[in-house]
Amino acid sequence: MADTLVAPHEAEHDPHLRHHFANADQQLDSATLGMWTFLITEVLFFGGMFTAYVIYRSLYHDAFAATSMVMNVPLGGINTGVLICSSLSMALAVRAAQLGQRKAQIISLLLTMFFGVVFLGVKAYEYHEKYIEHLIPGPNFQFPEAPQYFHNAQILFFLYFAMTGMHAVHMIIGLGLLTFLLIGAYRSKYGPTYFTPVEMIGLYWHFVDVVWIFLFPLLYLIGHTK
Amino acid sequence: MSTLTDNKHEVTHGHIPKVGTLVAVWATLIVLTFCTTAASYLELGEFNIVLAMAIALTKVSLVAWIFMGVRYSTSLTRLFCIAGLLWLVIMMIVTSSDYVSRGWQYQAQPWSHAASGGDSK
Repeated sequence: MADTLVAPHEAEHDPHLRHHFANADQQLDSATLGMWTFLITEVLFFGGMFTAYVIYRSLYHDAFAATSMVMNVPLGGINTGVLICSSLSMALAVRAAQLGQRKAQIISLLLTMFFGVVFLGVKAYEYHEKYIEHLIPGPNFQFPEAPQYFHNAQILFFLYFAMTGMHAVHMIIGLGLLTFLLIGAYRSKYGPTYFTPVEMIGLYWHFVDVVWIFLFPLLYLIGHTK
Repeated sequence: MSTLTDNKHEVTHGHIPKVGTLVAVWATLIVLTFCTTAASYLELGEFNIVLAMAIALTKVSLVAWIFMGVRYSTSLTRLFCIAGLLWLVIMMIVTSSDYVSRGWQYQAQPWSHAASGGDSK
């Protein structure tokens, strides 16, 4: 194996290629694997809350179904669409970085951030709506639509705020990461030979979309036929 | 495994997806969002949740396969994705099995009702 060790400061090597990697492909594969490992921890982090949802929903099936009456389905649906659009613009940003198209990259990143902000704005409006309607679990909780489920419906609203809240926190972190990418794109940092940060933050952004794809049917659409 | 000599002329790496592919995935995801919303108003009984989860899994698979590039990734990365899902399933099944089986011990033990307590003092 000694023959694979070459002089590290050979002339004109890629400045983005770290010395402990054999080549750019290996470096990208390693970064991708590391990012997926992080995303698996995220899957299990959200998975804990999804497990709680599965158990309480099986225990209090009818109470959970009753809460769909007070969920804002159009806004939830619009937010799903907004997130899907942001995933497309993120994928286009990665593509623009791979092709070294600086302008397309900046526009795609700005679009992704715009969709992210729209999502959070709609979410904030929904939270305010829940606050006005006394649907935040606790001493001020009211559920006149189905008073027999007063206690068990609060479990769903607790899960609703915990899950969408953690999702929103991930969105806010994502917007910070996108700002970082935008500055890099503005300074022409990413191109065909080096686009790892764009691709990795893209993976994170798509993961946040994946979480919402499960949250939308589970929180908004469970009891319309009851 | 890795060769150091023949990578000097390599300019680009990674797979560059076509714009058409990305837009097609986006359109499918939007259509499936309408489908899942419409399906929730159909009277299907317990099958409602099965359909909703089937559509959600299809959407997530599309996002992972194309947007997240699992299609173009290494076998090791794919193995990690499957491992993540496996651990999620283990967590859900083991936790659920506890809740499902909690009432069983009282049915299984005929002597359990004899120990009513209260007059032990």
